[in-house]
Amino acid sequence: MEKILLKLCVNGEIYQVAVPPNKLLLDVLREDLGLTGSKRGCDDSSCGCCAVLIDGTPMLSCVALAASYAGAEITTVEGLAPPGELHPVQEGFAVSGGAQCGYCTPGFLISTKALLDRNPEPTLEEIREALSSNLCRCTGYMQIYESVRLALERWKQVPRAAGARQPAAQGSQ
Amino acid sequence: MAEFSVIGKPLPMTDARAKVTGLGKYADDLVVPGMLMGKILHSPYPHARIRRIDTTRAEALPGVKAVATGRDAPNPYGILPIGHDERVFQTDKVRYIGDNVAAVAATSLDVAEQALALIDVEYEPLPAVFDPLEAMQVENPEHWIHSNKPRNIEKEYHHVFGDVERGFAEAEIIHAERFYAGEVTHAAMEPHATLAVWEPDERLTVYSSTQVPYYLQRTLSNVCEMPMSHIRVVKPLVGGGFGGKSEVIPLEVAAAVLAKKARRPVKITYTREEVFYAHRGRPSSYMDLKVGITREGRITAVEARMVQDGGAYCGYGPVTVLYSGNLLHAIYDIPAARYDGYRVLTNKPACGAMRGHGTVNMRFAFECMLDVLAEKAGLDPVELRRRNLLRAPCITANQLRVTSYGLPECIERVVERSGWSAKRGKLPFGRGIGMACSHYVSGAANPIIRSNMPHTTVHIKVDRDAGVTVYTGASEIGQGSDTVQIQIVAEVLGVRPERIRLVAADTELTPVDLGSYSSRVTFMAGNACLEAARNLRAQLFDAAAKKLDCAPEVLEALDERIFSRHDRERSLRFEEAVAAALESQGALVAKGTYAPPEEARGGTFKGAGVGPSPAYSYSAQTAEVSVDPETGQLTVHRIVVAHDCGRALNPLTVEGQVEGSVYMGFGQAVQEEMIWRNGRLMNPSLLEYRIPTTLETPLIESIIVESRDPEGPFGAKEAGEGSLAATLPAIASAVYDAVGVRIHSLPITPEKILAALQEKRRPAARRAEDSGVPPRGER
Repeated sequence: MEKILLKLCVNGEIYQVAVPPNKLLLDVLREDLGLTGSKRGCDDSSCGCCAVLIDGTPMLSCVALAASYAGAEITTVEGLAPPGELHPVQEGFAVSGGAQCGYCTPGFLISTKALLDRNPEPTLEEIREALSSNLCRCTGYMQIYESVRLALERWKQVPRAAGARQPAAQGSQ
Repeated sequence: MAEFSVIGKPLPMTDARAKVTGLGKYADDLVVPGMLMGKILHSPYPHARIRRIDTTRAEALPGVKAVATGRDAPNPYGILPIGHDERVFQTDKVRYIGDNVAAVAATSLDVAEQALALIDVEYEPLPAVFDPLEAMQVENPEHWIHSNKPRNIEKEYHHVFGDVERGFAEAEIIHAERFYAGEVTHAAMEPHATLAVWEPDERLTVYSSTQVPYYLQRTLSNVCEMPMSHIRVVKPLVGGGFGGKSEVIPLEVAAAVLAKKARRPVKITYTREEVFYAHRGRPSSYMDLKVGITREGRITAVEARMVQDGGAYCGYGPVTVLYSGNLLHAIYDIPAARYDGYRVLTNKPACGAMRGHGTVNMRFAFECMLDVLAEKAGLDPVELRRRNLLRAPCITANQLRVTSYGLPECIERVVERSGWSAKRGKLPFGRGIGMACSHYVSGAANPIIRSNMPHTTVHIKVDRDAGVTVYTGASEIGQGSDTVQIQIVAEVLGVRPERIRLVAADTELTPVDLGSYSSRVTFMAGNACLEAARNLRAQLFDAAAKKLDCAPEVLEALDERIFSRHDRERSLRFEEAVAAALESQGALVAKGTYAPPEEARGGTFKGAGVGPSPAYSYSAQTAEVSVDPETGQLTVHRIVVAHDCGRALNPLTVEGQVEGSVYMGFGQAVQEEMIWRNGRLMNPSLLEYRIPTTLETPLIESIIVESRDPEGPFGAKEAGEGSLAATLPAIASAVYDAVGVRIHSLPITPEKILAALQEKRRPAARRAEDSGVPPRGER
């Protein structure tokens, strides 16, 4: 298939890639941009391991055509915090056991970030609902809830601008 | 002063940062220059002779760099020395849909997939068999799945311990029942992936999602006909295993064979569908149990028959069926038991080891039996269990040695926390509580490949800047084994965990460890770390004693210092002690090993090798459920679990392991099952197989019980598997408490509950002796 030239904004950086028009966003991220944090865990958009934020909304990159998101702000797990720093959500999962094997973790982090962005005081039921599209085979979810709780605590302590880069802010780079 | 400085602390996993930043690398994340993509051709028939394979057209496709068939790798292999019945690619016949026939390495996945379609294979279909009870009846040798396995029986075991006849004669209440458990699979979130790199010096480096680099290295040595020392197996981050990555999986061998043939790096990653067909999960099982008790509730005799559907190859099969029988013991005091276990071949993917290996289905059946017997004896199910406890230390009827036994405390803790006494039998109709117990080995006392060598070896090296490097073969697969080993070494050396770097699971650098399965790592690699660290500390003490002018025996290591216990001012910083040791001996290295003691290795009867362990973990659980009597809908609200792990070296990871076990038990109990139709899997995706999401999974409250095993590192035992099995019967018991029906077939679906409720409403005279177990062939 003839390749097309595509301009993507991922984690605040502009990338130019030549890819077939039918190439999935997940494959472009992993193969063309070297951003392997987003994972493939299934064949049918059921696991949530590939979730990324597109203009702030969590989406499954395994069922998104890269070419459809040329103008969008895409945030992957690698872009949640500046290099060397951890976003409160990452800190929560690292400290409270939310990541065991870690394979589902990038997807959970994306879903959690999206949840806390729109609802900074979620109840346990709201957390369960918001994370129900992400599968984890290791934890039984209890330490994930605990991780979200800790993330929330840290989130409140950190000024938004420093610890949590907003997708909107990344566009200007 | 606290007893320990690092042990017992909830240390976050040392690789947590790699995981939450997305920067950690799993096998499929790896890319090397010149890398080809591999793809495997699978059989579309459940059972067929291969007449002819023609790869000419595939080889001619531009971009194809290698096509491999059975001729390229004829040597048979298998995880057990008695079961070398697999070949990476079949040459004579295929035995299940998905069996491996050929593979292609090409410049892209697209080309590889196109090439597969150009491989011409001529099959001659054979009669296939999908139910183990039917498979055992096949008389025609032409139709046996393996010609050397008459009537498709892979292996059978017949054990009698104690006087079973007398036991039943003495019993005042006897109950017999048939149970069935559907087939389930690991469904680790990471699909299997392997990158095999053919090196310029004609050696092979393999990066693979494996739980056991050592077994992979051995198998590749056999199949590729290369010395083990020319094959380096590296385990990157592994996205969950649960047993599914403990056997050598065909793609691992296929990638190596293709890399060798193409003289290029080859990566193969399974699709999720291929993962389901690679399987090696928990076999479906028919179980017939008979248990006798006295009126006081003491067990007098047990009879158990197990038929497991092993699929088309041996795999771990004989081990699975032996665990089912031998681990009837070592949890309760059973004076007499008969066990007949059959591992049967069918035309489906091979089963294997899955979390709680071999114990889960039988534990479900046995604990359900206790629930019935308690009722017949007019006893609370908790009380029945109290009356059958072991008195540890002890040796069981089948010669298992129990050294520590926290089950009594586990039971009392969950009874108290769950509010059992106020709830059992007292909740409104539709709501119920149940309980059950389980146990598991802390590693197998006998290795699969028998030898007198250690089960694990650990090396420690200290650099000039006093950085400590631990070299261990143990495989971190998400359970926290790297972290716990660092904690053990840090504790002994009296240093901060940050001072320690751990190099793990790279056969070129790390000594042999038998892998991450049967919950062996904390106990075995932990003990080896303990010994290695003590050896290293002794060298430091010798050097420090000379500097401090005291005897090494009076020295202690704590808070990054080495000091005299009589005079804490007489001390050296850890760095100074290291420098002193390097000055005197040039290098600071130490080793530690572990092999289970002779007394832990069990009896001598046929099949005695499986079940013995240096220590057993224990678990008790309660489950609270509600059942809608109109629809049969089952909701599990809360599970309280107490797990005896000897000592929690890291309570954070212990809780994570226990909760994860309960989760997996919950999935099997209520919704997971592989549905087969004529050898084809009807639900080969996570969506259809239905591993539980946050919405179905109950809240789990975990309690750690510490019985302090005399031989465990700091008293520790396993934590990652033992709590799985109790979840299933606890839920079954709760369903009975809620609506008064007993479901003897897993998973406990709304359909089965509803059918049982309707059956119960029918007049007693018309009621069949229905056990809830489906007739064969039906699921």
